[in-house]
Amino acid sequence: MQIDDTDRRLLRRLQANPEATAAELAELAGVTATTCSRRLDRLARDGVIRGQHAVIDWPALGWEVEVSLRFTLDKTDPRAFDEFLAAAREVPEVTEIQTFLGRVDVRLHVIARDMAHYQQIYREKILVLPHIADIEALMQVAVIAENEVLPL
Amino acid sequence: MIRLDETDRAMLRALQADATLSAGALGRRFGLSQPAAWRRLKRLAEEGAIRGRRIDLDREALGFGVTVFLGVKLATKGRVSLEDFERAVRAIPEVQLVHHVLGHYDYRLRIVARDLADFERILRRRIMTLPGVGDVEANVLLSEERRPGPL
Repeated sequence: MQIDDTDRRLLRRLQANPEATAAELAELAGVTATTCSRRLDRLARDGVIRGQHAVIDWPALGWEVEVSLRFTLDKTDPRAFDEFLAAAREVPEVTEIQTFLGRVDVRLHVIARDMAHYQQIYREKILVLPHIADIEALMQVAVIAENEVLPL
Repeated sequence: MIRLDETDRAMLRALQADATLSAGALGRRFGLSQPAAWRRLKRLAEEGAIRGRRIDLDREALGFGVTVFLGVKLATKGRVSLEDFERAVRAIPEVQLVHHVLGHYDYRLRIVARDLADFERILRRRIMTLPGVGDVEANVLLSEERRPGPL
């Protein structure tokens, strides 16, 4: 589909103000309310806007520890990726799963209530995942920026 | 810490999937009146259970064909160098996420680029020139899924 400057302007405003109403967005982007809602509908229908998701504040809910676990898999087994990913999906404390081209094959974002809880999850749920060749952990200290905005 | 009951958890799961659901829609789904659902939403918002809203855009359709995760190690450490690095990295438009981490790297970055050539340009001109930057490791994102987490 064709995306023009007005679409880009609307998407820019939407990314910067995700909770704005259609009327507020229209005003920010300098278009009429009708144009704004018609275009947003079309962008959603064509799959450019795939969805809007609430981001949970895990520390506020008592989940204080966040760890980025980077895995290298034993790729001699052709089912390594599929079986690892299927098993990782069964771990409730995993909030993100990414696969990569590079030194790292898979990254899991894991949350825990505290360090003792993290150790328990790591031993009982992570180390038992299939086809692991190597694991490296990056413990999250602070979120410096996390808007995931596209520079449109 | 916020106390959640089963209905709160169900509402948060529903909002993770679709943040645009109204109090009325949530109420109908979970057998609450609209005002009761609204009161719960208001409490969850006031107590900070929801950090914000993420707009999920089709990156490729908008011309961003490549997403790369970077591990960055600083060559020089100290309070001043951290602050300089953080200030400079936040000003790069292609940087979507910066986490300060403890481990083999000091920072974890998420970067979008139009293609690999564009990524190389960002890496050389913007990332490698950041104050204090040392070892950098790049992994190109192939697939991604977000999970609901332990709600």
